[in-house]
Amino acid sequence: MTVKEIFETMEYGPAPESAKEAKDWIAEHNGQFGLYIDGKMTVVGDTFDSKNPATGDVLAKVTQATSDDVDAAVSAARKAQRKWAGLSGHERAKYLYALARLVQKHSRLFAVLETLDNGKPIRESRDIDIPLVARHFYYHAGMAQLQDAELPDREALGVCGQIIPWNFPLLMLAWKIAPAIAMGNTVVLKPAEYTSLTALLFAQICDEAGLPKGVVNIVTGDGRVGEAIVTHEDIDKIAFTGSTEVGRVIRRETAGSGKSLTLELGGKSPYIVFDDADLDSAVEGLVDAIWFNQGQVCCAGSRLIVQEGIADRFYAKLRARMDKLRMGDPLDKSIDVGAVVDPVQHAQITKLVDAGAGDGELYQAPCPLPTSGCFYPPTLITGLSSASMLMQEEIFGPVLVATTFRTPSEAIEIANNTRYGLAATVWSENVNLTLDIAPKLAAGVVWVNGTNMFDAAAGFGGVRESGFGREGGWEGLQAYTKPRGKSQSLKPITAYAAPKEAKVDALDRTAKFYIGGKQARPDGGYSKAVWSKQGDLLGHVGVANRKDIRNAVEAAHAATGWARTTGHLRAQILYYIGENLSARAGEFADRLNTMTGGRSGAKEVDAAVSRLFTYAAWADKYDGAAKPVPMRGVALAMNEPAGVIGAFCPDAVPLLGLVSLMAPAIAMGNRVVLAASEPFPLAATDFYQVLDTSDVPAGVVNIVTGSHAELAAPLSGHLGVDAVWTQSGADISAIVEAESAGNLKRTWVNNAQTRDWLGAGGEGREFLTHATEVKTIWVPYGE
Amino acid sequence: MNWVRAAQANTSAIERRCATLPGRRSVKKEHQAAWLLKAITMIDLTTLAGDDTPGRVRRLCAKAAHPVRPEIMDALGVEEVTTGAVCVYHDMIPAAVDTLKHMGVTLPIAAVSTGFPAGLSPYHLRVEEIRESVRAGATEIDIVISRQHVLTGNWQALYDEMRDFRDACGEAHVKAILATGELGSLRNVARASLVCMMAGADFIKTSTGKESVNATLPVSLVMIRAIRDYYEATGYRVGYKPAGGIAKAKDALTYLALIKEELGDDWLTPELFRFGASSLLGDIERQLEHHVTGHYSATYRHPMG
Repeated sequence: MTVKEIFETMEYGPAPESAKEAKDWIAEHNGQFGLYIDGKMTVVGDTFDSKNPATGDVLAKVTQATSDDVDAAVSAARKAQRKWAGLSGHERAKYLYALARLVQKHSRLFAVLETLDNGKPIRESRDIDIPLVARHFYYHAGMAQLQDAELPDREALGVCGQIIPWNFPLLMLAWKIAPAIAMGNTVVLKPAEYTSLTALLFAQICDEAGLPKGVVNIVTGDGRVGEAIVTHEDIDKIAFTGSTEVGRVIRRETAGSGKSLTLELGGKSPYIVFDDADLDSAVEGLVDAIWFNQGQVCCAGSRLIVQEGIADRFYAKLRARMDKLRMGDPLDKSIDVGAVVDPVQHAQITKLVDAGAGDGELYQAPCPLPTSGCFYPPTLITGLSSASMLMQEEIFGPVLVATTFRTPSEAIEIANNTRYGLAATVWSENVNLTLDIAPKLAAGVVWVNGTNMFDAAAGFGGVRESGFGREGGWEGLQAYTKPRGKSQSLKPITAYAAPKEAKVDALDRTAKFYIGGKQARPDGGYSKAVWSKQGDLLGHVGVANRKDIRNAVEAAHAATGWARTTGHLRAQILYYIGENLSARAGEFADRLNTMTGGRSGAKEVDAAVSRLFTYAAWADKYDGAAKPVPMRGVALAMNEPAGVIGAFCPDAVPLLGLVSLMAPAIAMGNRVVLAASEPFPLAATDFYQVLDTSDVPAGVVNIVTGSHAELAAPLSGHLGVDAVWTQSGADISAIVEAESAGNLKRTWVNNAQTRDWLGAGGEGREFLTHATEVKTIWVPYGE
Repeated sequence: MNWVRAAQANTSAIERRCATLPGRRSVKKEHQAAWLLKAITMIDLTTLAGDDTPGRVRRLCAKAAHPVRPEIMDALGVEEVTTGAVCVYHDMIPAAVDTLKHMGVTLPIAAVSTGFPAGLSPYHLRVEEIRESVRAGATEIDIVISRQHVLTGNWQALYDEMRDFRDACGEAHVKAILATGELGSLRNVARASLVCMMAGADFIKTSTGKESVNATLPVSLVMIRAIRDYYEATGYRVGYKPAGGIAKAKDALTYLALIKEELGDDWLTPELFRFGASSLLGDIERQLEHHVTGHYSATYRHPMG
């Protein structure tokens, strides 16, 4: 076109970013790559093609790692780990700083390579992905520097296996590697098979940074490599970002292995627009929400929930905005929407939309699609309801689905009507409304009047089936450290058997369950005698079955109001429980001594009273944080209750163990279903009388008795339970973890290790961490 | 007025949109040259200084009539263009009229009016000033609104004032200068924009160039979104003129992209979009020479205005 013609049409024209340097880099490696193990690139093995999704061209051949390769990588990481963790925080900080600097120095090469490999627009890789990568290494260089002073009681986990997705290849690498190596772990990382190239370039800069060999190892390949990592016996921790489906498999495969696990999974994040919002800005926010990275974003605002009165006007504005989106060559600087990552993904998006669009009204951006390559047009489907398949299923493509609401409470109800809980967005100019809504949304991240904002200082991660664990911030370090110190194996305790000649008191004593603030008989109608060491019949306890668990969980759900009470009120009640327990200290001490055949009953009661005071103290002091994110605004990290927690109490200290789990949980606003000490259950059943007299609302604490091994599956598998803890003497960690996979509830298991319940190990921040979820609420402001 | 009071503008979100726009749209090579030429046709080539003289205004008009060296235009393969208008104080209108007539060039003459820049002279004099300027030959009148009406939320008073100014302009086009740097918030900018359009402004314009903050992308975004809303509600296309602080060719491209994205190609015409600028043209000329020769240019190679 001539200047004269363009003067009339005012078209944008092409603005291509050169791929030359990136292709030269690939050519320097003869177009094929080995693995990065122990500080060296291995010889190229069996390879697969890495393609440019925008053209279908083969970019390079990448090695499919074998299980021997994974073994070699893990053993290199293991060998390097002790020395790496032994460096001072400052020494490690210097390496992370060098990595951050090197990412910046090679920023355009990384950006172009990422766009070639993944199909995302160069604007995004250049302006968003790569700067966030550098930021993550800078931030965690600081964490390494501060580790010795600020985290003296925690230490590295060891060797971390990390499996990352294809939607933000280098950014997810940074999110995984930076905190891990900052804290003294070493890593074996597997990039997604569609997008290995920037990870291999990163391997090169690890060399340039002089990183000790074996600290970072990169193994490429398909799901078989991931499986080899997940099941590897010498790996201490698995961190996975990817689909909920695969996350569930990993949860089951690692169950009982003692490995730490964090999962960052799928989402169907709500995007709520109130009628007083700046509608044009809310429309623009959707461009960043669902047409960012072709909608292949786990936290994409993919469910539009708009107030009914403005819906038509809002949809009209949105369609007009869609008309302006430009789609095409991702290397073109004026492209908004690039290529989806692979034909497989394209087919998946097409299939879902074809199946579900009939429920509503479909609108697709009229932008011309390139004739070849993997392109799917920006799509809006309005007029759906919560029951529509497309409102529930994650599409992972540039497809926005929409419905309407009438009132704020209905907006919350619709927003939370999902198995996922990753992120949420709220648009309103009313600060009262937004700050009321944000805590009520089931999500790990809430953005107010903005969307898809990320920063290394702010935790990111989900609730429900969007996974568990946080990445970023101090909270993110929990995923890569553990409390210092060694634990010992638990010795199982069995109940005293019935004597040959029973000694029975004249008056029958029948302990029941405590459910919904009432005493309840076992559903199955079975009871079990409890005998003292001397052969006295101390009483009978009910044997709970899955229906009793169901009833207890239902009662706990009915007590949701507890989560909204003030910390001050919860403190008052915990003090009151302590006071009432103290008043009956003698009786409880006798009970404990008789039941266990020991003499430390009084000491245990004292410790239990003290523990109640500890969490009464914490109830209004477990502060959140205001994160210094790089924008005008604030990112609030709020500690929210996990929800309904099921807990198997320790056997050995029947009263103190129960209190040690119950108190931190309810102090943070959770409701609990407690399975009492199996051999010594009567302290727990006596204890409900204390609860009854202490103003504990019905359903906040529920207590059952019975076999932990039998209750492990129904309680851990219950889809309405948000977290399960086991400190049981029975070795049920594997069952708990495996069964938790159903709704991916968070778990905290003892792996059959002891804990010092009477000492400092029996209380503190570790318990509070497990009792809460950090929700990050982003509030940009400015007039 | 309910519409006015309901208008919202979220500053952070608007700033984010503006911050990312230059990274989202890039115009290169022939396209860039064509866009820059288009930008020239949209410039209200301006001199608004206390030391303006007829001689200074004659030079300005000559530059407005022949903004780019002919050999550059030849190399681009485009016939000669002119700037969108010249913009002067009332006293300089006759000099501008005479010069353009003498040169045989038809070019709109814009005059700033109504006690520019503060707009606080006696009301009847402000209205009369408009009439005087129209009689003197101005075809476009850039009025300044009373900021006090915005700052006190007296939208009816603003509307009445704008109506009076509109009526006084008669056939001449009227551009309403909001002085956005003095309105306190983007929400006020949005509301004042709507009121001025309702009262008949042909253009809304950011600033006098005399405030400490003049045209910015966030302010522009708010104003053109108001124009879009007004068009959707009434079918009337109102023009937009950012003024003050736009001095670089690259800035001009960003503004044009903003207009193209938010208002559409219909607004990419001097009838609906102008830059109020004095030094922008010089930078564009250098960029055009660079496009033609492949070498970076120097200021003295281009005739001064």
